[in-house]
Order: sequence, then structure tokens, then C-alpha cells
Amino acid sequence: MNPDAPAPGLPDAELFSRDHFELFALPRRFVIDDRSLESRYHELQSSVHPDRHASSPEAERRLSMQWSTRINEAYRLLRTPLTRARYLLELDGVDVAAENNTAMPADFLMQQMEWREALDEARDARDAGALDELARMLRHARRDAEELLVRQLDAEHDTVGAAATVRRMMFIARLAEDIAEAHETLDN
Amino acid sequence: MALLQIAEPGESTAPHQHRLAAGIDLGTTNSLVASVRNGVPLVLNDEHGRALLPSVVRYLADGTAVVGHAARAAQAQDPRNTIASVKRFMGRGVADVAHVESMPYVFEDAPGMVRLRTAQGAKSPVEVSADILRVLRERAEASLGGPLTGAVITVPAYFDDAQRQATKDAARLAGLDVLRLLNEPTAAAIAYGLDNASEGIYAVYDLGGGTFDISILKLSRGVFEVLATSGDAALGGDDFDHRVYCWLIEASRIGPPSLEDMRSLYMEARRAKEALSGADDVHVGLKLSSGDEIDVRLTREAFAAMTKTLVDKTLVPTRKALRDAGLSVEDVKGVVMVGGATRMPQVQRAVGEFFGQVPLTNLDPDKVVAIGAAIQANVLAGNRAAGEDWLLLDVIPLSLGLETMGGLVEKIIPRNSTIPTARAQEFTTYRDGQTAMAVHVLQGERERVTDCRSLARFELRGIPPMVAGAARIRVSFQVDADGLLAVSARELGTGIEARIEVKPSYGLGDDEVARMLRDGFDHVQDDIAARALAEQKVDATRLIDATQTALAADGDLLDGAERAAVDTAVRALVEVLEGDDTAALRAAVEVLGRATDEFAARRMNRGIQRALSGRSIESL
Repeated sequence: MNPDAPAPGLPDAELFSRDHFELFALPRRFVIDDRSLESRYHELQSSVHPDRHASSPEAERRLSMQWSTRINEAYRLLRTPLTRARYLLELDGVDVAAENNTAMPADFLMQQMEWREALDEARDARDAGALDELARMLRHARRDAEELLVRQLDAEHDTVGAAATVRRMMFIARLAEDIAEAHETLDN
Repeated sequence: MALLQIAEPGESTAPHQHRLAAGIDLGTTNSLVASVRNGVPLVLNDEHGRALLPSVVRYLADGTAVVGHAARAAQAQDPRNTIASVKRFMGRGVADVAHVESMPYVFEDAPGMVRLRTAQGAKSPVEVSADILRVLRERAEASLGGPLTGAVITVPAYFDDAQRQATKDAARLAGLDVLRLLNEPTAAAIAYGLDNASEGIYAVYDLGGGTFDISILKLSRGVFEVLATSGDAALGGDDFDHRVYCWLIEASRIGPPSLEDMRSLYMEARRAKEALSGADDVHVGLKLSSGDEIDVRLTREAFAAMTKTLVDKTLVPTRKALRDAGLSVEDVKGVVMVGGATRMPQVQRAVGEFFGQVPLTNLDPDKVVAIGAAIQANVLAGNRAAGEDWLLLDVIPLSLGLETMGGLVEKIIPRNSTIPTARAQEFTTYRDGQTAMAVHVLQGERERVTDCRSLARFELRGIPPMVAGAARIRVSFQVDADGLLAVSARELGTGIEARIEVKPSYGLGDDEVARMLRDGFDHVQDDIAARALAEQKVDATRLIDATQTALAADGDLLDGAERAAVDTAVRALVEVLEGDDTAALRAAVEVLGRATDEFAARRMNRGIQRALSGRSIESL
């Protein structure tokens, strides 16, 4: 038996431990072709998904679940610009969460406060239209940040700048979640 | 030159035996079983040609259980011992069940799940469901002419872990090998999508007897991807009956009815509801045992008005699912209606208005879920036809998390994550010298522990004493393709592992299921042995099939000696398969399983590498 072969019932270590970009055979960069990502995802899942191994022996079913889990996780991270950027920085050894918010520029801190106030007002007034308007502004801000990341990550390799932009996007994402929650409260 | 045959994993290589598999829709009001025969999915009827089996079980004092139409007919006569809508109690405590006051049953609040007291003692909802499933299994086996390899059982997409686990336990108790728990709206989407070759964003609005689900799916090139799902696990046609029932009592100015009258009134309420789907008004006339007489007329408008809040209630999760999917109503290409309750005109009208389009009602809303389940069961059992390469990607409906300081919930896996999925989170100790840590697993969207459903509690012990904050404890969640959770915790410094399958805290542990299995067969000892042998033979046959399919496709991954070892194990298993020795069969299955472990790993890698290099099977 091949001495380099993986232990029975365990995924092949080399293949399994590749980074998410390698796993999807995509270049390691922020700008990504969404359609290639999706079709690669579907192809990989078509091969490993538990539904494809449901009548197989126990060991194969276990492997299938591990692989399918691994590919879902990779797809989740690569699909969303925010998590993809965070992951790219992580691969470069930059921990986005390690630095705290005080590093944010003053104008963005001001902006944050304005948005928070707008959310509180809309919530108190039970104003769904105002919530929608705020959500629209956030989508704009997110798009701007994504454009900035294209430059910082893919052209200038400015990891410090990119980390700051990612933190900004994390704040926007949290606020967007709060807006969704406020919508839900209005619904009920 | 002979062309090499390359089979996709799970695809059958001809010639081989067709494996018998069934899809079961275990409904609140009615249940169905379907199967694919000669490539066509069909609902299997009973000997009287009826597809629907009423989900009603009557327990008689002589130890027999009557299931289906006869049980439903006995509801008014024997309300205590005749259990209807048991699905509403699956994985639930008494406190969770709505309208307990207007139910004729005697509840016992057992840990984890309610019990219902009957002439045959306390019955768990799992046992009652198993009695329904057993009838469907027998119907399928009689109709298909042999024991089932396995079954796909459908569950509401919004069912939580406890409800899913209870359903799987019920299936095991009924002697079914569960190939997969499949979400009902997803099953409907398969049936609809494959039938209509649909592409784009679809919403499935599934209002059943006791549950409501809304799923948003993206259909593209044979992939059914659920983007978001939401719902209400305690909202369905039964609630519409309840409104009519209350109205009947009010309008007729009668006092609290007896148990028997209560059942009669409910049956009349249901009849009136169903009649109003086709008529503008309906007369309800009934003489109660109390001497009171009901003589009223209900119009469609009045019915729509008294149930408007229920219909509106379904639109809240609908909005939420769309928001979670990041879509608006304009993105939705079609709305598939599922479940008998979607026959009500006011429901169709409200859904049509919400989505701005006429909902799709061309498939029988009672049968579409069972049909989808049958299609999935056929493929999972290994009968995938060449070119039948659709894939299903589903999600979990509710977030999973852990209790942290101050009674708050830390979410580990958010709702609408594609399954299977796994996440881990690290925690630390908060006291010096702390050697144990309590892990409390919860499911739900709310921030406070008290507002979420408790799934399990366990303790990680033997943490080496350290200063507060020094230990690193990693808690890992794994959700499988059935949407079932397993949790493990580990101290990273020492690797002490406490592992838990979340299941036991619902009140039915493995040993309890085993006991029920034994009890069920106590009076027929031969049966249990025969059943075990039959099951073991099905398992063995499946393993031989799977191994031969694998060898045909990827035999080149083994060298001569490895191949010889596998062949020897196959031959040994084929030999014992001729006999009737269950233990020898089990042993031979294990030997073959071990002989192919390494082969399985290599095959998986090859599959991934093929997908990676873009050389998928069809382009070869």
C-alpha cells in the first residue's frame, strides 16, 4: 500500500488543507468571477455531497460529509465580499479583528453615529420607509468600500488600508442586520 | 474497442437490481407514500384505491392499534384514545402545544416530550407517528413486492432539531432505514422543478394541516439551492378549523361541549372549511349529545374574515425569508403552492396579492411533497439513472448557539446556512482553577436563553486547573445533511474530549428506542429475527452493489494486492448472503467495509480533483 496515502476514513490531508481559493481553483484575489465560483461550487458539491454517497459504506459517507462541509464553508467565505476580503487578509497574516475600532478615521465615526441615530429614529417612529432609505444608503457605502478594496487588495497590496476598510464594512454589515431586525419587529 | 464506462458516485452501473425505495410525507392531517416505478414517481394507494392515509391512530384496550380512515371515523366516539394531528406534539412539551384546552387528550408532561395517555398506556408522539409510518411501509412493501432499502421522510423546513430527531426516531421504530430527512417545500420544488424544467428564483408556500413553511429556492442547471427558509411550526389548516369551531360555539350560544361533542364540532368545522373552497356558503346542522342543536350558515366572506389574521400571519415569515435571501418579490419567477390548506381561496388570493402574480397550483398540493420525496429516495438508494444529475443544497431554518454569561445566546451557526455545515467557537474559563465547563446548546433567533429552545446541556470535565482565562475550550457544532446537530467540546491544551450527540435530551434515548422496538415485537419473537435478517441482507446487498459500482468506475486506484483483498471480502459476503446467519452477515459486512475504507478516500479525492480541473464527468 502506498505509504503516502491518507489514513483510512480521513480526507486526504494535502487536498483538504488547501486554501479556499486553491480548493475552487481560482486566483487568490479580491475580484472574483461570481459565475465561475458558483459553477465550481456546484461541480464540487456534485462530487462530494452526502446525497451522492447515501448508499455507500459508512467510511465513504463520513468522508462525504466532511468534504461537503468543507466546501460549503469555503463557498460561504468566498461568496461574500466582506468575508472574502477578511479571508485574504488572514492568508496574509493580518487579523482584522485584532485592532480595535478606535483606529477608524474620525469622519467614519461621525457617519456611524448619524446612521445609528437614523436607525433609532426610524425604529421609534415605526417608519418602514425610513428603514428602507437607510438600507439603501448602506448598500451605497458598502459598494464604495468594495471598490476601495479592489484597489487596496488587488493593485496596491495595502493590507493595512484594506484592514481598515474591512472593519468599516463589518460595521456596515452589523448595522444592516439591525435594520433587518427592526423590519422584523415592525412586521410582528 | 469497448468504451470505458464511467459512473458518477452514486450512479448505478447497469445491469443491476433496482433497489426499492419510498418517499413518505408524514403529514399533520394525512400521510402518503410514493415510489418511482419504471422511472415514473407514483403515489401508492391502499387496497381501496385511496392515496391519503389520515394521520389518526386509535388505541384499543385489547392492544391493537387502528390507523387511518377507521380511526378518523372513531374520533367522536372514542376521543381520548384516538390521536389526531400528532405531528404537532413531536419534540414538544405540554407548554409548547397550543389549544391544549380544546384537545380531548390526557397529557403527561414527560421530560423532553409530552406523552398521551390511552387505553394502551402513555404513548409518546414518536410511537404514534411510528404506527402511521408502519402502515405506509407495509403498503409500500406490498405494492412494490419486497422489503424497502430505505425511505426519505419529509419534515417541515421550519422543524427544529428536536422535531427532526423525533421524526427520525419514529421512522426507525417503524422499521424504516432513513435515507434522508427532506424538507417538505424542497421536496415540492424537486417535483415541480424537474417536471417543468424550471430555472430562476422560486418561492414554495407550504401551508399544511399544522405547519407553515416558506422556502426561497434558486433553480439553475439541475441544482436546487435553497437560499432561505422560514415559517411557523405551529400554524396550519387545524387553526382554521379551530376558528370555525369557536365561531360555531359562539354563534349557537352553547356551553362548553363534552369531549365527544367537541370532536363532532371539530369534524363539522373541517367539513365546512373544505366545502367553502368550492361553495359560497355552507350550512352546518348538528345535534349534540347535550341536546343542543347547531343550525347555522357560514359564508365564504365570513370565513375569510374570521381567519384573516391567520393568513396574514403567514406573510410575516414570507417577508423574512425574502429578506434573508436578499431578494424582493419582483425577483420571484413563480410561487408553488403546497399543502391542502392552500386550497382555501383567501389563502391563494393573499399569496397572489403579496407576490403580484397568480400562484402555481397545477400540481396536486396533497401529493407533490410525497412525489418529490420518492424522486429523492430513488436517487439516494442508488437508482440514479444516467444523466439524472440534479443536486439539492438545503439549509438549516434556525440559528444554533450556546449559552454565555448573563443568560445570553452566542450564535455559532446562523440560520439559512447550507448543510452539511460545521463551526467552532473558543471559550475560556472565568474562575481560577475552574475544572469543568457547562455547555448549553440552544436553537432560535432571540438573544436570551429563555426565548430559545434548549437542545442539550452537557459538561466538559477534567480541565486542568489554570488561572481564569487561560484555558482554551473549543466547542464544535456539526450539522449533517438531515439538519441534525452533533456537538463536541475539547480543551485544546490537553485534548480532553467530551462528545455529545444532542439527541438524548428530548426524552427518547437510543436505549428507549431499542426498548420500544423490542416491546413491539415481544409477542412475535420470530418476527424480530426475520426482520433483522432481512435488514442485514438489504444492507449487505447494498454494500456489494456500491462496491462493485465503485470498482467499475475507479478500480484503477487499487494495486493488485489491494484489489485482491477487496474481491476476497466481496466473495466472502456473497457467500454468507446465501445463508440465514445474521451475525455472520454483520461480520462480513464489517470486513468488506474495512477493506474499502482506503479505496473510498482515494475515490473521493479523485472526484474532487476532477471537479477542480473542470473535467467533470460529462465533459470527458
